[in-house]
Amino acid sequence: MSNRALGAPPPPGPQPVVNSVVASDASSETRALLKARDPHLWDELFRLAVLACAVCVLALVGIIIYELATRSHLSWKAFGLKFFFGSEWDPVNEQFGAWPFVYGTVVSSLLALLMAVPLGLGVAMFITEMCPRGLKEALAFATELLAAIPSVIYGLWAIFVLVPLLRVYLQPWLARCFGWTGLFAGPPYGIGMLAAGMILAIMVVPIISSITREVMTAVPRQQREAVLALGATRWEMIRIGVLRNARAGIFGAVILGLGRALGETMAVTMVIGNRPEISRSLFAPGYTMASVIANEFSEAATDTYLSALVEIGLALFLVTIIVNILAQVLVWSVTRGMPARGHA
Amino acid sequence: MGVGIKVEHLDAWFGKVQALHDISMDIPANHATAIIGPSGCGKSTFVRCLNRMHETIPDARAAGKVRIGDLDIYNGTAAVQVRRRIGMVFQKPNPFPTMSIYDNVAAGLKLNGFHDRKRLAEIVEHSLKLSALWDEVKDSLKKKSGASLSGGQQQRLCIARALAVEPEVLLMDEPCSALDPISTGKIEELIFQLKENFTIVIVTHNMQQASRVAEFTGFFLLGKLIEFDRTEKIFTTPSDKRTEDYITGRFG
Amino acid sequence: MPNSSDSGPIRISLRRRGMNHAVTLAAASAVLLVLLPLGAIFAYLVYRGVGALNWAFLTQIPKPVGEPGGGMANAIAGSVLILLIASAMGVPIGIGAGIYLAEYGRNRMGDVIRFTADVLNGVPSIVVGIVAYGVVVLAQGHFSALAGGFALGMMMIPTITRATEEMLLLVPQAIREAAYGLGIARWRTTLSITLRTATSGVITGVMLAFARVAGETAPLLFTAFGNQYWNWKISQPTAALSLQVFTYAISPFDEWHRQAWAGALILIVLIVISVSALRVAAGRGMLKGIG
Repeated sequence: MSNRALGAPPPPGPQPVVNSVVASDASSETRALLKARDPHLWDELFRLAVLACAVCVLALVGIIIYELATRSHLSWKAFGLKFFFGSEWDPVNEQFGAWPFVYGTVVSSLLALLMAVPLGLGVAMFITEMCPRGLKEALAFATELLAAIPSVIYGLWAIFVLVPLLRVYLQPWLARCFGWTGLFAGPPYGIGMLAAGMILAIMVVPIISSITREVMTAVPRQQREAVLALGATRWEMIRIGVLRNARAGIFGAVILGLGRALGETMAVTMVIGNRPEISRSLFAPGYTMASVIANEFSEAATDTYLSALVEIGLALFLVTIIVNILAQVLVWSVTRGMPARGHA
Repeated sequence: MGVGIKVEHLDAWFGKVQALHDISMDIPANHATAIIGPSGCGKSTFVRCLNRMHETIPDARAAGKVRIGDLDIYNGTAAVQVRRRIGMVFQKPNPFPTMSIYDNVAAGLKLNGFHDRKRLAEIVEHSLKLSALWDEVKDSLKKKSGASLSGGQQQRLCIARALAVEPEVLLMDEPCSALDPISTGKIEELIFQLKENFTIVIVTHNMQQASRVAEFTGFFLLGKLIEFDRTEKIFTTPSDKRTEDYITGRFG
Repeated sequence: MPNSSDSGPIRISLRRRGMNHAVTLAAASAVLLVLLPLGAIFAYLVYRGVGALNWAFLTQIPKPVGEPGGGMANAIAGSVLILLIASAMGVPIGIGAGIYLAEYGRNRMGDVIRFTADVLNGVPSIVVGIVAYGVVVLAQGHFSALAGGFALGMMMIPTITRATEEMLLLVPQAIREAAYGLGIARWRTTLSITLRTATSGVITGVMLAFARVAGETAPLLFTAFGNQYWNWKISQPTAALSLQVFTYAISPFDEWHRQAWAGALILIVLIVISVSALRVAAGRGMLKGIG
């Protein structure tokens, strides 16, 4: 008898005979109906259909890269790498230098991280290690709620509540106490880099906190218990048993927060002042890469203008991708493959 | 109503590892045949080759000749057709969790295109009666989900589900190992009754169970069929020393 | 380490205990500091929004600049239209890709697609707008709801794909085997058995994606663009709630500021409902289906 492995096509010839012993008419009718279909075709079609959907994902990213690359080509040809170091943003004379936007993006994001990282870590620590059982769910839900608030609503609140608070209370106080640093100089408009940094910080805290919570929870119990057994206080247990082990993941959470801050558009646009200036003072207005696109894209009259804006978009895309990949790798190294839910 | 199974020189692999070596046996119709042997000897693999479930595992394949009645299942028949004529009950009861009891039993028929409502209801009732579950669930057929039953009931539901498509052969892969003794007893009684209309092949690691329910027994060791004979003979005067060692508890 | 001046039982030094308490205090303060803006935002939304909310707001379109009254009815309708288009694109592709990854994608190709979906997820929303502009607006010659829907649809896909894949992988292999054992074809098993078992989890994923894009503004700035009037044609510029809130908020008119708050309130109510509903589903339904 040939040991023919599966997969050989069925040879022509007599088809399998229906069993001759039939208990009732009805059962042979059932069996006949069940015999009729050959599923191979439908199986293949189904597989192709879902494969097509999966390929759509690839296609979309391909389209993104293609669109950004081709539409920014004009600007790239005209200005080259100097584009990102020039400070002159003059649409009228078709001179485009994106440095003020790069500066604004970096400064606002770093400022946001400065405030959001300690807050986010503190919240995460509190929820995972310090808070009573019943409160955990509620606090976790509250941070999820913060993450769900749309950017434009943050911006709305920032314009009418945060900015006046800054203008009337916080900025004068900062100027009085810390004006000597040069960081808090100039008239306290409220609108400006500080406001942008603060609203960004609030928006980024939920991400840092939820990823940090995930990585802290992923640290095995034994680590905590080992430290406690040596007579450590709770803070020492957290510092040595948890934070140290989760270090890479926490760093990843921070980087993810950075990624979010870099791409954030609406809330920042509404409070940063939208002036392509570079100033040492945090009271001064600024401009970010995302904001300039948001404000000027639909009014860009010339091809070069549009292309310059697209080039800024391309840069934003590349930076965000790199930052996100880095963050995923860091987080994965701690959670070992547990899916990282980065947003909302 | 059952048919005999003729196995000739069956081999099976998981990737490069050969799990079954040259198995040949004649399983008689309308009887229960037990497959026994120590863990890892290939019992489950063998039975899964009989309804071509073995090849659903990635990188797994089988070769050889298996005739179920007049049907040569590896030559000229699609796997799906084969499985419609052979029913299988698994080790851990696996009713479809989001479906009601009625829908569970009807699933094999409905999802294969059978839509006659009245006929369907009759078949569901008949199958549940065959598996001795009807009286316990007849009032909540469509209200309770398949997963809300007890372990023993779930397994009988799975048996009813398998019987609804009117197979000629019923394969059972350690059907009682996840159940308590009372449920086990009920299912063994069931096997006794089902024998009249079906051919049953039951994998078991419980030798007492094999001697209770099966007329024939095959003893497997390390992927080979060591001995196949009437159950009484296997358990009283086995021909092979390895069989004797196993049934007297010297290993396994 | 015991304090060397102690006698008797070992006691933790004051410094260490103090540090422990200080950190707990700091963490608790962080929580309060973070909850503060949350509470403030919701408080102001209700406080400023409810006042401007009235029947006219929900049924009328904006009045010309300077005139009091009018509403955001067209923006609410426009958002619905755009989100429908986005869902029509994002949900089937997302679920299909998720099915592929779970059932056919446990291999190198699947890894590539998974990675690509993560990349797509991280694209800033303004960049998505640029791409939708290039693909749809330029092809049509004008702004449109279709372009806006395309942009938001793109953003929905990665979330839905990931959720679908995760939920399908949770379905035990035993369930699929039971179906194969009955002679049910693979495609039928995947749709009618596996997907059906994972349904509530998949719906959760869809709602998560929906809630995320419902509030997006940036991608609509130069795709849907906005409209002062009613529009039901998908190929014309369309108003959207988030866009309208933005436009009104940065305008110099008090009347429009009032309406911006009202619009924001409606927007947040819709989103909170989705987020809470999915929390309930996650707590109850998602695991209900699993054996």
